[in-house]
Amino acid sequence: MPPTIRLASERVELRKVQDDNPPKIYTPGEVVHQGTDYLRGHGTYLDEDCVKSSVAGICQKINKWLIVRPIKKRYNGEVGDVVVGRISDLQMKRWRVDTNARLDSILLLSSVNLPTGELRRRSAEDEATMRKYLQEGDLICAEVQQVFNDHSLSLYTRSLKYGKLGQGTLVKVFPSLVKRQKTHFHDFPWGTSAILGNNGYIFIYPTSQRSGKEGDGYKEDAEETITLEERENIARVRNCIVALAHYKQMLYDTSIAVAFEESKKYEITQLLTPEVMAKIASVAQQSLLQHSRNH
Amino acid sequence: MAGMLLSEAEKTFILRGAESNFRVDGRKRLDYRPMELETDVVSHASGSARLRLANTDVLVGVKTEIDTPFPGRPNEGKLEFFVDCSANATPAFEGRGGEELGTEISNSLSRAYQSSYAFDLSTLCILPGQQCWKLYIDILILECGGNLFDAVSLAVKAALHNTRVPLVTAAAMDGAQVELHLSDDPFESKRLDVSGVPCLVTLCKIGDHCLVDPTAEEEVCSTASIVLAVSENAFITSVFKAGVGSFLPQTLHETFKEGQEIGIELNEALKAALEREEKEREDNEKSPAIQRYGFLK
Repeated sequence: MPPTIRLASERVELRKVQDDNPPKIYTPGEVVHQGTDYLRGHGTYLDEDCVKSSVAGICQKINKWLIVRPIKKRYNGEVGDVVVGRISDLQMKRWRVDTNARLDSILLLSSVNLPTGELRRRSAEDEATMRKYLQEGDLICAEVQQVFNDHSLSLYTRSLKYGKLGQGTLVKVFPSLVKRQKTHFHDFPWGTSAILGNNGYIFIYPTSQRSGKEGDGYKEDAEETITLEERENIARVRNCIVALAHYKQMLYDTSIAVAFEESKKYEITQLLTPEVMAKIASVAQQSLLQHSRNH
Repeated sequence: MAGMLLSEAEKTFILRGAESNFRVDGRKRLDYRPMELETDVVSHASGSARLRLANTDVLVGVKTEIDTPFPGRPNEGKLEFFVDCSANATPAFEGRGGEELGTEISNSLSRAYQSSYAFDLSTLCILPGQQCWKLYIDILILECGGNLFDAVSLAVKAALHNTRVPLVTAAAMDGAQVELHLSDDPFESKRLDVSGVPCLVTLCKIGDHCLVDPTAEEEVCSTASIVLAVSENAFITSVFKAGVGSFLPQTLHETFKEGQEIGIELNEALKAALEREEKEREDNEKSPAIQRYGFLK
């Protein structure tokens, strides 16, 4: 495939959906409300007797309170969220984890399962061998246990669902695009699994990898081989997610499955071109709209 | 990109992908990601271009200034590259963090443009030994998504193509003092010949294989990369290696050949895009508002 350069004028936009009452999107500096009878909340500021937006987003009024919710933002954690994060640092009795939040999250040594699965107090020896479990750069999947006053998060992985992630690929999207659902672990019928972290980090990996996983979730599986078919499916899912996220479509199991089915019409490399990306996103959008109208 | 962390398992995944000629996003080893280009985005620059390659975003502005030529080269103008790595791209660029990368890129560009086949500096001469044009090529890196060298070089070539150097209508000599009269009409200007200008092609070595257009993740996995400056007519004007790893002399020749072929294709794609844009703008000439897209999307 020879390299392609397209022009900005050839940019592909998604066809607008018929919406009788589309939300107004405010831009930074735009007047949200004239007068001071409303209180300014997040994403707004007071300037010469009017409340102005400081972010690009949608306005919400709660009683006398005005807030503008940004479309693109960092992750604001809530207790119980499933997140995918990357270890950025090791400290005394804790790991620092990058979770796309404003501050690094922490994972305490006492909130992970030990490799043998035994439950006991963590000794100084465990502290010295922390790097054996998780080292800088490792990807983990965890749940938010606690939100501190400064909005930093404390995570835990004391469940078989959570732990270190193996071979696969990470896609970063806006946290607001990941739809909150009962489960964020999805095994798709074509042999690919995905963890849709609430923080906008999405990990895609072959389903076969997990079945071989032993109880602790810290097994090094760098030796395992991934078949070409699995690899193709992972790449396809990855490109579908990138396409959906580029055209700001909500990400959850159904939307990904619809996009995947639609994408089968194309080669995997074609999925990188804007025309095909838009087509996939609009098909996903249409079918989900239909779906929601029927229910 | 330096400073980016990857786990061992992810590295293995990328490495195996490079081995089996099926990369993480489904590309083959010698496939490029689609790019988007717009020229003339900065109204107060003589020429400008913006190129976006997946997550890599580069803005280039060219400014012209009158200068005195170097004593050893009285018939030639001057080019100066400056790369600014914005801290918006990555926090690592904050303060002086991006300086090293910036110098590396600007040095590689000035080396690629040094050859007389690449860019004819004598077109920038006004009065031999007295006055010449100096082009300041300012490159702003807004986002890093891998493959900076290629993206920057393409954007620079597009910006140079877009550059209009004012016409000198008259010169008055008053002893050693020279007084130049520039044309008042902004449409009266001359274009630069960019047909020989090279594009950089980065061949990134991952495992035993070379691949082009690496993503930021793939760059972390690579030990070394070869950067070739290839012009439209297949001239390689400069070669250098980035990274600490090494190449085998046997495979190096093959690598050069691959890079050269891709470089020609890249130049052709850029030329086609620029011609398309020019034609589009000519067609729109009559309509009052000329559309610029810029950063809104």
